[in-house]
Amino acid sequence: MKTSYREAIRQAMREALAADARVFLMGEDVGRYGGTYACSKGLLDEFGPERIRDTPLSELGFVGAGIGAALGGMRPIVEVMTVNFSLLALDPIVNTAAALRHMSGGQFPVPLVVRMATGAGRQLAAQHSHSLENWYAHVPGIRVLAPATVSDARGMLAPALADPDPVVIFEHAQLYNQEGELPEDWRCDICRAAVRREGGDISLITYGGSLPKTLEAAEWLAAEGIAAEVVDLRVLRPLDTATIAATVGRTHRAVIVDEGWRSGSLAAEVMARILENCFFDLDAPVARVCSEEVPIPYAKHLEEAALPQVPKIVAAARGVLGK
Amino acid sequence: MIAPPPSGPVPWDKHFAQELLFDMLRIRRMEEKCAELYGAQKIRGFLHLYIGEEACAVGALHALTPEDAIVATYREHGHALVRGVPMNAIMAEMFGKSAGCSRGRGGSMHLFDAAARFYGGNAIVGGGLPLAAGLALADRMQGRQRVTACVFGEGAMAEGAFHESMNLAALWRLPVLFCCENNLYAMGTALGRSESQTDLCAKAGSYGVPAQKADGMDVVAVHEAMKAAAHQVREGLGPFFLELQTYRFRAHSMFDPELYRDKAEVEQWKRRGPIHTFSARLKAEGKLTEGEFLALDARANAQVQAAVEFAEAAAWEPVEDLLRDVVAPT
Repeated sequence: MKTSYREAIRQAMREALAADARVFLMGEDVGRYGGTYACSKGLLDEFGPERIRDTPLSELGFVGAGIGAALGGMRPIVEVMTVNFSLLALDPIVNTAAALRHMSGGQFPVPLVVRMATGAGRQLAAQHSHSLENWYAHVPGIRVLAPATVSDARGMLAPALADPDPVVIFEHAQLYNQEGELPEDWRCDICRAAVRREGGDISLITYGGSLPKTLEAAEWLAAEGIAAEVVDLRVLRPLDTATIAATVGRTHRAVIVDEGWRSGSLAAEVMARILENCFFDLDAPVARVCSEEVPIPYAKHLEEAALPQVPKIVAAARGVLGK
Repeated sequence: MIAPPPSGPVPWDKHFAQELLFDMLRIRRMEEKCAELYGAQKIRGFLHLYIGEEACAVGALHALTPEDAIVATYREHGHALVRGVPMNAIMAEMFGKSAGCSRGRGGSMHLFDAAARFYGGNAIVGGGLPLAAGLALADRMQGRQRVTACVFGEGAMAEGAFHESMNLAALWRLPVLFCCENNLYAMGTALGRSESQTDLCAKAGSYGVPAQKADGMDVVAVHEAMKAAAHQVREGLGPFFLELQTYRFRAHSMFDPELYRDKAEVEQWKRRGPIHTFSARLKAEGKLTEGEFLALDARANAQVQAAVEFAEAAAWEPVEDLLRDVVAPT
């Protein structure tokens, strides 16, 4: 069945709301407006205002309230409009949700799901476009997910809600309109990365909104006779080191593609794990394609220049292959 | 102007009155011992003493039921104790032992107890307020008639979390009892130096939340106000804001040289001390004899001594368990 990333997210929420009376959705404009990215369109009519709960513009307040509701036996899905706005809720996420189980000696796990949009590409400039997944992936006590396919958009929410600990899900804003075939079995293992394309010459490791670009780069490389393996990390914390090591073990070369800024990026962490685990498997230094270190600009040509793009990925792969 | 010491009749029977006095004594004696143990380096980290403010926790928490929830701050030893967290477990926590109520992972600022519905022990000023709103939301959505009492200091009222939580609670008519312990100083910054509006009830009232103040040095006034407020919240009338006007006799923490207030001011407030004023009132009404007072005090001291011995003897959490409880075991 063909569906969109947005529709897949909506179906996942609809299913969760129907299956479990403890599940509810809250966030800015999730109800009457239908969701900033229309992910919750129609859910208010179906489930009512108690369970599709519009909030004031109070990220700190309603994310914190989500934590409290989770402690009180509910299974909240809290939607934050963008990762930039989520910085107003970093305190409850990092200082409370992530810490509470441990700080309380195991007494208070927080079964909370926070969903938010991330990423650039729509000329929304420097306060709506950033990729800060690695900020969250740095923090012990939370799981961080990044669905990059229609199937994962459909399949990640149920195991995230079943997780007794906080889960942060990053939906790349450029992917909402993406159409794709929804496989019959869309269930998702939120512990493992996924190999999206097999190939023996080089590993291209990415996640989220960079996956379509990376798959396109692999096509370009195939035309040049280079077989690239594409790995979608999809679980940004805890990282699936085994899958990373396995692909590098097969190809001996790697490029990491990450829309985050290079310094202190997830790409840097993946590189470190490759060096720790696969140093003697490598035939060449690992390379990475990240965003330029600049607040994302408005003008289209500047924004495009700031982000990882297919030609940059292809060039980096050629470089690693010495071509 | 500092008000005269609390006075007037105590509208309780002898048994209940002595129970509350005993709880105040337990907090006082436990914390005096904590200060001593801090000097002996048995307790480390930050230690924020509640000495002087005991009437707030004791009066307020005795107005709640076991099904209600408490969200507190880093100055929460008293609240934990009154709520029924065993003194042994509190003391062991401060020693950093695995028998502590947070398995030695929290310390003085992070006491937790699921069985007592005691949700910490929050050391981010204002951090407990949204949490309390969420706990109350869960109760509302699940049709439970419970109260979530959220204790915080007046310093938290300058935080965005205060405003966001008051707005949410009022907007959704959540059963939260916001209980502000106004001890006049946010660490070393006096209320008037940090707030443009120093009438805290006016601030809370601006959200349409009923707000009332009570003398936080008078356990009777605190308890009666809290009982009425909790009743209203439990009946589904929405959140309530209660300001308890109190004073901390000791420094903010063990690192505080107290440069920001006069010794004379502290001495004046000590004349309003919650334990001796309440005891005097009970004695005047024939509800307490000096002998009974000394017996209660001796019992409190014995509990403290037993708790220290328990904490001393308790085992350290094995280092192999360092990563335990970061996330659920897989």
